[in-house]
Amino acid sequence: MIKLIKNLSKRDWIFIFISIGLIVVQVWLDLKMPDYMSEVTKLVQTEGSKIEEIIVQGIYMLLCALGSLLAAIVVGYLISNIGASFSMRTRKKLFNKVESLGMEEIKLFKTSSLITRTTNDITNIEMFVIMGLQLLIKSPITVIWAVTKILNKSWQWSALTAGIVVILLIFIGIMIMLVIPKFKIIQKLIDKLNEVTRENLTGIRVVRAFNAEDYQEKKFEVVNNDLTKLQMFTQRMMSIMQPLMFLLMYFLTLFIYVIGANLIKDALMVDRLNIFGDMIVFSSYAIQVIMSFLMLAFVFIFLPRAQVSAKRINEVFNTHSKIIDGKIDKSVTKEKGTIEFKNVSFKYPDAEEYLLKNISFKINKGETVAFIGSTGSGKSTLINLIPRFYDATDGEVIVDGLNVKEYNSKFLYNKLGYVTQKAVIFNGSVSYNVNYGDNGKKGKKAIKEAIKIAQAEDFVLKMEDKYDYHLAANGTNLSGGQKQRISIARAIARNPEIYIFDDSFSALDYKTDSILRKELKKYTKESTNLIVATRIGTIMDADKIIVLDKGECVGIGTHKELLNSCKVYKEIALSQLSKEELENE
Amino acid sequence: MNNGRKHGPQIVGVEKPKDLKMALKKLFKSLNKYKNKIFVALLLAVFGSILTLIAPNKLSDLVDEISKGLFLNKEKLEIVTKEITSNISEDSFKIIVPEILDLKIDQTSTYKILNSNIINQNDKDKYMDFLNKLKVSNGLQYTLKYILELPTSITNIILPISNYNGIEINTEDKILFINIMNEDKESIDLKSMPNSINKILFPESIIENRVITTKDKVSFISVMSSIDEEYNVNELYSNIDKLPINIKEIIEPKINLDIVKYITVFLIIVYLLNSIFSYTGYFIMTTVANRYAKGLRTKISNKINKLPLKYFDNNTTGDVLSRVTNDVDMISQSLNQSLDTIVSSAALLFGSLIMMFYTNWIMAITAIISSLFGFVFMAIVLKKSQKYFFQRQENLGKLNGHIEEIYSGLNVVKVYNGVEDSNKQFDLFNKEVYETSRKSQFFSGLMQPMMIFIGNFGYVAVCIVGALLTMNDVISFGVIVAFIMYVRLFTQPMARIAQALTTLQGAAASTERVFEFVDEKEMIDESNIKKILKRKDVEGNIEFENVSFGYEEDKTIIKDFSAKALPGQKIAIVGPTGAGKTTMVNLLMKFYDVNNGDIKIDGKSIKELKRENVHSLFTMVLQDTWLFNGTIKENIIYNHKDVDDETLQKICETVGIDHFIKTLPNGYDSLISDNDSVSAGQRQLLTIARGMINNAPLLILDEATSNVDTRTEELVQKAMDKITEGKTSFIIAHRLSTIKNADLILVMKDGNIIEQGKHKDLINKNGFYAELYNSQFTKQGIN
Repeated sequence: MIKLIKNLSKRDWIFIFISIGLIVVQVWLDLKMPDYMSEVTKLVQTEGSKIEEIIVQGIYMLLCALGSLLAAIVVGYLISNIGASFSMRTRKKLFNKVESLGMEEIKLFKTSSLITRTTNDITNIEMFVIMGLQLLIKSPITVIWAVTKILNKSWQWSALTAGIVVILLIFIGIMIMLVIPKFKIIQKLIDKLNEVTRENLTGIRVVRAFNAEDYQEKKFEVVNNDLTKLQMFTQRMMSIMQPLMFLLMYFLTLFIYVIGANLIKDALMVDRLNIFGDMIVFSSYAIQVIMSFLMLAFVFIFLPRAQVSAKRINEVFNTHSKIIDGKIDKSVTKEKGTIEFKNVSFKYPDAEEYLLKNISFKINKGETVAFIGSTGSGKSTLINLIPRFYDATDGEVIVDGLNVKEYNSKFLYNKLGYVTQKAVIFNGSVSYNVNYGDNGKKGKKAIKEAIKIAQAEDFVLKMEDKYDYHLAANGTNLSGGQKQRISIARAIARNPEIYIFDDSFSALDYKTDSILRKELKKYTKESTNLIVATRIGTIMDADKIIVLDKGECVGIGTHKELLNSCKVYKEIALSQLSKEELENE
Repeated sequence: MNNGRKHGPQIVGVEKPKDLKMALKKLFKSLNKYKNKIFVALLLAVFGSILTLIAPNKLSDLVDEISKGLFLNKEKLEIVTKEITSNISEDSFKIIVPEILDLKIDQTSTYKILNSNIINQNDKDKYMDFLNKLKVSNGLQYTLKYILELPTSITNIILPISNYNGIEINTEDKILFINIMNEDKESIDLKSMPNSINKILFPESIIENRVITTKDKVSFISVMSSIDEEYNVNELYSNIDKLPINIKEIIEPKINLDIVKYITVFLIIVYLLNSIFSYTGYFIMTTVANRYAKGLRTKISNKINKLPLKYFDNNTTGDVLSRVTNDVDMISQSLNQSLDTIVSSAALLFGSLIMMFYTNWIMAITAIISSLFGFVFMAIVLKKSQKYFFQRQENLGKLNGHIEEIYSGLNVVKVYNGVEDSNKQFDLFNKEVYETSRKSQFFSGLMQPMMIFIGNFGYVAVCIVGALLTMNDVISFGVIVAFIMYVRLFTQPMARIAQALTTLQGAAASTERVFEFVDEKEMIDESNIKKILKRKDVEGNIEFENVSFGYEEDKTIIKDFSAKALPGQKIAIVGPTGAGKTTMVNLLMKFYDVNNGDIKIDGKSIKELKRENVHSLFTMVLQDTWLFNGTIKENIIYNHKDVDDETLQKICETVGIDHFIKTLPNGYDSLISDNDSVSAGQRQLLTIARGMINNAPLLILDEATSNVDTRTEELVQKAMDKITEGKTSFIIAHRLSTIKNADLILVMKDGNIIEQGKHKDLINKNGFYAELYNSQFTKQGIN
C-alpha cells in the first residue's frame, strides 16, 4: 500500500496538504458548533433572553455549519480528484509495465490475472484511497481535538467514554476476526458457484446426453447450501453492528447525564451551571470521539481487501522483463530475410529440463520452412525466440546476420509478420484489424489485397458494411476460421521480410488452407516463411521441414527425404494419412 | 462485502428497471412464501421506530430534571429570609429593644443612685445631667445615645441584669448592644453582638422541619448582607455556598434522584428493547433474504436444464452466470437492507410528523420547511451523482475492454508495433474515466456533509422560531427541546428512504433479469409420453425420413433429407468448419425437434420417446472436451452409479489412458484444473472413457483434429475404433481412413447436407466431396 502511495503526484500531495488544512478547519468548526448549540439552548432556557441574542447565536452556529459544509465540499472535491488521478496514473503505469513484460513473466501471472490487476484491483485501491484519505485524516484530528477539549472536565465522564470506546473496539476486533476471514471463503464459494454453473452451461450437451441434470443440480445445491449458510452467518453477525453501535451511543449519552446529575447534586451552587454546560458539550463531543473511532475501525475493515489488491499490483511492478532492448534500428548488413539458429538451447529460468536443445539451422531468403512435432516438442517456443518473446538460454538467434538481441525491438518487429495460433481480433472494423499497428498503413488497396490473399474476401464482402464491418472484441461475431483468416491478412498487409505462422491454419478446412497458401506463396515470393503446423498436409510442400521431438531437432529435409530418413516424421505422417495415401504421392 | 450497513448515505448508481411496477410486483409475489416472517420483521421495525420516538422525550425529561438542580429556589430564599429576619424588622425591633434592655430610669433608680455610698459625686452629677438631657429631648434613640456617656456604676443600676424569655442578659451585654445600635452603620455587625442578645433576636426555630440555630441565622445574615445590591448570579451562588448547611439545604435547588433513576431505568429498557427489536428484525430479514436468494439460485440452476438448447445459442454463458451471482446478490442485499429501512424510516417519518403536529403546528411547519429546503438540494445532487456514476461505469467498461484486448493479444500488439497506438487509445479512455470518476466521486461524497448541514439548519430554525413562540407564551421550553429531537428524527429517515429506494430500484432491475430467465419458455413437457425404448432392446436401425430442419422457422437448412443406417454401420459426417455438422448431432440427440419428417430408432419415432430416453440410447463424445474441476475419477464416472474401481481401470486400460493417469501424483484422484498437466489429447481420451462407461447402443463421435500431439492422436483413434465396434455410429470425420471406410458419408456445407453416399460414389460424382477430398493431395500450397 505504502509503495503505491509513491504514485501520488506533486499536485496530489499539495491537494492532500490543503485537504489536511481544510479538515482541521472543518473539525474546528464542527467542535465549535456544540458551544453555540449549548449557548442557544441556554438562552432559550433562561427567561428574559432577547430574541436577537438567540438569532445572533443561531447565525453563528449556522455559519459554523455552513463553513464546515463548504470545507467538506472542497475537501471532497480535492480528494475525489486525488483518488481519480492517483488511479489514472497507477493504471497507466501498470498498463505500460505489463506491455513491457516478456512472455515469460506474463505466463507467470496469467493474462486473466493481469487484467483483473489493472482493472478491479486499481478500482479497489482508488476506493480505499478516497475513503482512507477522508477518514484517516479527519478521524484522528477529531479524536485528538475533542479529547483535549473534554479531558479535564471530569474523570468519571472520561472513564465512561474510554470504556465505551474499548467495548466498541473489542467488538469490532471480534467482528474483524470472526467475519473478515469468512468473506474470503464466501468469495471462493461464489467462484465455485460460478464454476459449477459455467460447467453446466458449457457442457450443456454432455449434461443432457448423459441425463446428468440431477447430478449437476445436486452439485449446485451443495455449493448453494454452503454459500447460503456462510452468507447468512456473516450477515447476521454484521447486522449486530448497527443496533449495538446505537445502543452504545445511547448508553453513553444516558450515562453521561446520569453521572452529570450526581456531579451536579454534590457540587457547589456556583459550579453547577458550568458542570451542566460541560455535560451537554461533553455528550456531543463524546459522540464525535466514538464516531471517529468507528470510522477508523471501518478503514481497518476495508484495509485487508485493499492490501490484497495493492500486493497484487506491486507484484507486477516488482517484476522486470529479462529482455533488454538492443540499439540497432537500421539495416547494418546486406542480408535480408535470413534466419540462423546457432546451437540454440532454451529452458525456463527455474526449470530443470531444456525445452530446446542445441538447435542449429539456417534459412535463406525466400525459403519456406516448416516445423513439425508433437505437443511439447518445442516448435512454438522455437519460433517465439525470433521476435524475442523469450531469449535463448544458450546459443544465438540471428536475423539478417545479427543476433536478435542487438536490435531495437521496433526495428526487429517491423521485419516480421507474425500470426498467432489463437487468432487475435481487436475491437474495430475489418480494415482496422488488417491495417493494425505500425508499418502496416498501406491504404485501402493493400488492405483489400491482403484480405483477398488471406481468402477472407468472400465472407468480408458478405458482411453488412464489408471492410468497415465492426468486429467485436475477441472476434465473437466471427467463426474460428474467419478469425484466423483476418489475422493472416493482417500479417500480409505488412509485407514483411519474414512471415511466422504459429499453427495459424488449424481452424481452416483443408481446401481453404491449401488455396490460401498457394495464393500467399505467389504474393510473397521475396519473403521468408516459417510455418508451425500439426497437419502434414499443410507442410508437405515446404522447402525445408524441421522435425522436433522433445526439444531436439531430429530431422531436417523435404517431405520425401524425411519420409525415408526420419522415423518421427514418418510416424506423424502415418497417423494422419493412410499408407496407401502416402504411397499415392 | 456487506459491511457498512447503513452508515451514512452512500449513493451508488444503480441500473433502472424497464418496468419498475411490474418488477416489484413480481418480486413481492415471489416473496409470498415468506410473508409472515417479513410481516413480523417489519412490525419489529415499526416497534423500534416507536421506541425511537419515545426515547428523546424521556431524555429531555432527564435533562429538565437535571437542570432543576441548577437554579436557586427564590421563593424558599424569601421564606427563609423572612423567617430569620422576623425579629429585626423595623416594627418588631422597636418593640423588642426596650424589652431586652429593660431600662430602669425611674424614681427607685434615681433614689438608689443618689443615696448610694459607693457612687461618687461626680458620677451622681453625670446621672443628673443625663436626666436633664432626657427632659429636653426625649425618645429611645436619645436615651441610648446618652446612656453610653454614663459611668459603669450608674449603668449597673439602670441596666440591671435581666431575664428575657429565660435568657439572662447582663449589663455589659446591654451596653455592648447599645453600642452596636448606636454605631452609624447601615448594617449591624452581628458577630460582635453578645450571644445572649443574638439568642433573643434570632431564636432557634424550625423551618421546613430543619432546626435553624441562632448561629446559623447569624451567619446567614452576615453572608447575605455582604451581597451588593447589584449582584450577579455567580456572586449570589458563591455566597449561598458559604451558608450554613442547614439553611443551604432548604434553599438549595434539588435534583430528584428518584426521578433520574426512574428515567434512567426506563431509558435503558427502551434502548435495550429497541436494539433487540431491530436486531431481531434484521435477523429475520437476513434469514428471509438468504433463503429467498438460495431459492432463486436453485431455480435458475434447475432452469438451465429445462431450457431448449436454442436458448444457449443466443445467450452467452456470462449472461446466465451474472444472473446467478450478481443479480441474485443484488436482490438479496436490497431485501436485507432496504425493506426494513423503508418501513422503519417511514414509521419514524410519519411518527415524528404526527408528534410534531400534535405538539405545535407552527413549529412542525418550520421543521418540515427547513428540512425540505435541504432535500431539494439533495435531490439535485443525487441526480447529478447518478448521471456521472453511469458515465463512469460506461467509460470504465470501455477502458477495461481495451485493457483486456491488449493484454490478450499482447504478442500481436508488440510484433506489429501497436504499443504506441494502444497507449494513445489507453490514455484517451483513462482520461475519460478520470474525468467522470472524479465527478461521480465528488457528487456522491457531497451527500453526507449536506445531510449534516440540513440537520443543523433545522436545529437553528426550530430554536429561533421556538424562542419567539416561547416569549409570546405560546409554547413552553420543553416543546423546543422536543422539536430539536423531532427535526433529527425527521431528516434522517428521508435520506435513508431515498437510499433504500435507489437500492430497491436496482433490485427491481435484477429481478427483471432473473425472472426473464426463470420465466423463459421451457422445452415441451413430455410427461405424457409413456413409451420407453430400453437400451437392451435397441438393434441399431436409424432412419431419417424426409427430415426438414432450420434453427429459425423461416430458414430451413436441411431440406427433405432421408437416409438409413443399419445396425453396426458407420456414418461419417464431413464438411468444412462451420458447415453445421453439429446440427446432425442436435437432431439425433433430440436437442432440437425436426420441423418436418421424422427420425426413427428401430422404427420408433424419437418424437414418441422422452428426451431422456433418447439420450440414454446414445454415447456422445464431442471434440470440445468437457471436463470439470474435480478428480479424474469423478470426471470419468460422472453421473453413473455403481462403477467400481476395477471397471474404471479396465475401461481406462481399453482407452489407453490408464498409464497416464497412474503417472499423475494422485492417480485417479488427481484434480483436473486448467493447468497444463493434462493435454488436449488426454482430455479427449478421458471423455472417451466417460463415454465407454455409458456403454449405450448408439454412438456419436467427434474425431480429434489439430492441437493433439501425434502419439496421443494415435491412442485416441485406437480408442475411438474400439468404442465404435458393433455399434451404429455417427462420426464427425476428419480422418481420411474414417471417411473411406464409412458405410455412409453425409457431406455438409453451409448447414445443409448437399451430398450423401459411399466414398467411391461421391468421388465419381466429382462434386463438392471430391473437391474437398482431393484438396489434400494435389500438389498444392507452398510450392
